Amino acid sequence: MSKNGASGRERVNTVTDVHIVSREADASSVSGEECVNVADVLHTHLRVLEDEAIHIIREALAQFERAAILFSGGKDSVVLAWLARKAVSPAKLTVPLLHIDTGHNFPETLRFRDAFARELNVPLLVRLVQDTIDRGRAADETGVRATRNALQTVTLLDAIQELRLDAALGGARRDEEKARAKERIFSHRNAFGEWEPKQQRPELWGLYNGRKNAGEHFRVFPLSNWTELDVWQYVAREHIQLPELYFAHDREVFERDGMLLAVSDHVRLDTDERPVRRRVRFRTIGDATCTGALCSDAATTHQVVAEIAAARVTERGGRADDRRSETSMEDRKRQGYF
Amino acid sequence: MDLLRFSTAGSVDDGKSTLIGRLLHDTASICVDQYAAVVQASRSLGEDEVNLALVTDGLRAEREQKITIDVAHRYFRTARRRFIIADTPGHVQYTRNMVTGASTADLIVVVMDATRGLLTQTRRHAFLASLLGIPQMVLAVNKMDLVGYAQEPYDRIVTEFAAFANKLTIRNVSCVPVCARIGDNIVERSTRMPWYQGGPLLHLLETASAGARANTIDFRFPVQMVIRPGASFRGYAGTIASGTVSTGEEVMVLPSRLTTRIKSIAAADGATDAAAAGRAVVVTITDEIDVSRGDMLVRPGNIPDAASAVDAYLCWMDAEPLAVDKTYLLAHTTRRVQAMVTNLAYQIDVDTLHRRPAATLGMNEIGRATVVTAAPLFIDSYRLNGTTGSFVLVDPQSNATVAAGMIRGRASAASTAAAGEPAGNAPLALEPQPADRRRRAVVWLTGLSGSGKTTIARLAQARLLAETERTVLLDGDELRQGLCRDLGFSAEDRAENVRRAAEVARLFLLHGADIVLCTFISPYRRDRDYVRSLFPPETFIEVFIKADIATCRARDPKGLYARADAGGLPQFTGISDPYEEPTHAALTLDTTLLSAEAAAAVLHDFLRQQLSRRVR
Repeated sequence: MSKNGASGRERVNTVTDVHIVSREADASSVSGEECVNVADVLHTHLRVLEDEAIHIIREALAQFERAAILFSGGKDSVVLAWLARKAVSPAKLTVPLLHIDTGHNFPETLRFRDAFARELNVPLLVRLVQDTIDRGRAADETGVRATRNALQTVTLLDAIQELRLDAALGGARRDEEKARAKERIFSHRNAFGEWEPKQQRPELWGLYNGRKNAGEHFRVFPLSNWTELDVWQYVAREHIQLPELYFAHDREVFERDGMLLAVSDHVRLDTDERPVRRRVRFRTIGDATCTGALCSDAATTHQVVAEIAAARVTERGGRADDRRSETSMEDRKRQGYF
Repeated sequence: MDLLRFSTAGSVDDGKSTLIGRLLHDTASICVDQYAAVVQASRSLGEDEVNLALVTDGLRAEREQKITIDVAHRYFRTARRRFIIADTPGHVQYTRNMVTGASTADLIVVVMDATRGLLTQTRRHAFLASLLGIPQMVLAVNKMDLVGYAQEPYDRIVTEFAAFANKLTIRNVSCVPVCARIGDNIVERSTRMPWYQGGPLLHLLETASAGARANTIDFRFPVQMVIRPGASFRGYAGTIASGTVSTGEEVMVLPSRLTTRIKSIAAADGATDAAAAGRAVVVTITDEIDVSRGDMLVRPGNIPDAASAVDAYLCWMDAEPLAVDKTYLLAHTTRRVQAMVTNLAYQIDVDTLHRRPAATLGMNEIGRATVVTAAPLFIDSYRLNGTTGSFVLVDPQSNATVAAGMIRGRASAASTAAAGEPAGNAPLALEPQPADRRRRAVVWLTGLSGSGKTTIARLAQARLLAETERTVLLDGDELRQGLCRDLGFSAEDRAENVRRAAEVARLFLLHGADIVLCTFISPYRRDRDYVRSLFPPETFIEVFIKADIATCRARDPKGLYARADAGGLPQFTGISDPYEEPTHAALTLDTTLLSAEAAAAVLHDFLRQQLSRRVR
């Protein structure tokens, strides 16, 4: 049993690199291995979702001339890049990864980002929000709760224009947020990069309409129909490596608005906020300024899968950027956000 | 764990959003923070109780107007199944969204209000679901609390609905009385309606057939992109639309019609020997044939119709109405061609299902039209194949997706006639052929019993099918077992037998066959001449299968000569009834000299030559 599991993993992993060792290699539990094999058989929904995503990626690569994959180092963009590589296999993935770096990322994320791009052997393009600010195209928010989340939009749109991209593939999922639940898989952006929710094109069967005028572009979301649990089950099935932030580790955190934020150079503690050391992991890995950690002992992919299957709080419940108002995501998306 | 895609229809007044909210809530699919947001939103809208409908209404305008504007996708899972809900608005002005959300659904839940009875809009939803080919429907009769959980109003609605649903083509309809606001019969069986014997809504969803739309027979593989990492590898990537494919199998490339074999198949999880509908794969072929995006791989013996004029239902989705004779872009599988709507046969009143003449279609209107394309499409009917049977029209100026099309088939003279009436008994008028189409033929094999008609026809048919000629075989013996069971062997009955066969052949040609091979003794010259008169001159090809009576008697494959000789079969051709040899057969095959294989080869070559000569 365990022998089969090991050879199965080897087969999958040869495509990437031996340096990227699956999280399961550390897990001593044999039951975890068996769990994978049983899950592979039962989870036909993962196969359906995988095939659908690959179909969408191929459709995007066929319809657009200058596409890029929006890559943050987070699990969704990692899975997206993984699927994109499969979509063109055995050819090499030549579509670049584009990271909009707020300058507020966790160092672990950036290290992972660079290693992942190197091992996938795909070009990595990084555009800095700081450059946007330095050029006077945007200004930092002020105050204790300042984040650069909204500023990313300006940098992203500038990058799309600079690189003359006609399509940006993103790992956004409809289950993340209620405005995203209404967005098309091929989502049109006007010449100002804006999403127009009332002008969305009907999207039927597997037919995706990527026609546009010069200066406009599309966002393409191959993982639209995936849930957080699907992503994790897929990560487990494929033995995909993720940043260590996703797994339980000890870290200095402090509590703010019911969330645990990491102590870092990018956040200023209020006078009443006290750092404490906790065993935590992150469900999403956005900016250190607005991404909440949760107390967790889930140290392997399978433990995370189990934890998420039982979770009663949404993934973005730990995101301060979504908490600002009822429609904050819709408002940001209209302006061209991810 | 498998995956069921279902869509929902019904308006806010019917409590559709509440029903979905309840389904999510009671399956523990709403998270704590999400629920807290809904509680807060309910409060700020001044509502007394938690409005679960707010779970699904995402856009600002929807919350402000308390209506659902756009398709929202929701996801949940139970221990048995993973679900994708396409929550679609039910207002008449948003028909296009319902069509969008329902296009890939395995099942549709139509929500209606028990207090208001069966309304026009429920009929509309059911009709659209039928048009979109959704195989399963659940009618959720909501607000049962407001009718005292009584059986009588529910039964009345169900009976009325069943009468209406009979006119539709949805195969599988279930009904369930529910109260979404309170949660009766949503996830758990309600104790308030003991008279209802069925399961709650969730049970119906968990036991419905997933993937019921898939066509597992007809292999169709539209090529999405060519994968070429280097000179040594050339693969064709795409999603198998229907059927299955295996390595080593012979396939034909459309439109070139060249045949080759499958060398390898790679799916997302690695190399495989076979793959079925829905799988995204890369295939390689054994021959160096030019294949590109928009081409389609099929099986040589099972090819879709090549049509430059299709007969289709159109659902118009744009504020700008349909312009007849305007050039649109048509997206069909991975092919993009220019197209024109040349004839709008009628508009369908979605509320009454009545047809009425129309000059155009406006937003949310549905009609039947002929769409002519600049290059041929490889089509199947939407009923048989959701992928090769569907298309969208795109406006080349605005780039908007303006219409969804569901193909009935190749546009023919009969189906484009304004009234849609069959052409009647007049001599067959074949519609003008697009340039790519070859001529069609009725090949009439006549000869004595035992001369080898059926054997030769079968062998020739196999050859023609392998070349993708849609070839039908009408065999005299087979017709006599069913269609002509009431006929004997008198001269009158023989004439009638031949007439019926000719009419069937005519219908096959009218509806897309390339070649109809007819094997009938048809001993009388005047009967054969009658058949000839039914078809345009070049279409009817008479073939005389010649063998003398002694040879036939010696073969006697069915033991008929023995019975006839013993007097058991009166009016037996060649013994007790005359056979009139053809005087102007296009081809005579003497089977006393030729083997069946050789005769079939000669016939095949002759037909190839005849048909190709007539193309230009």
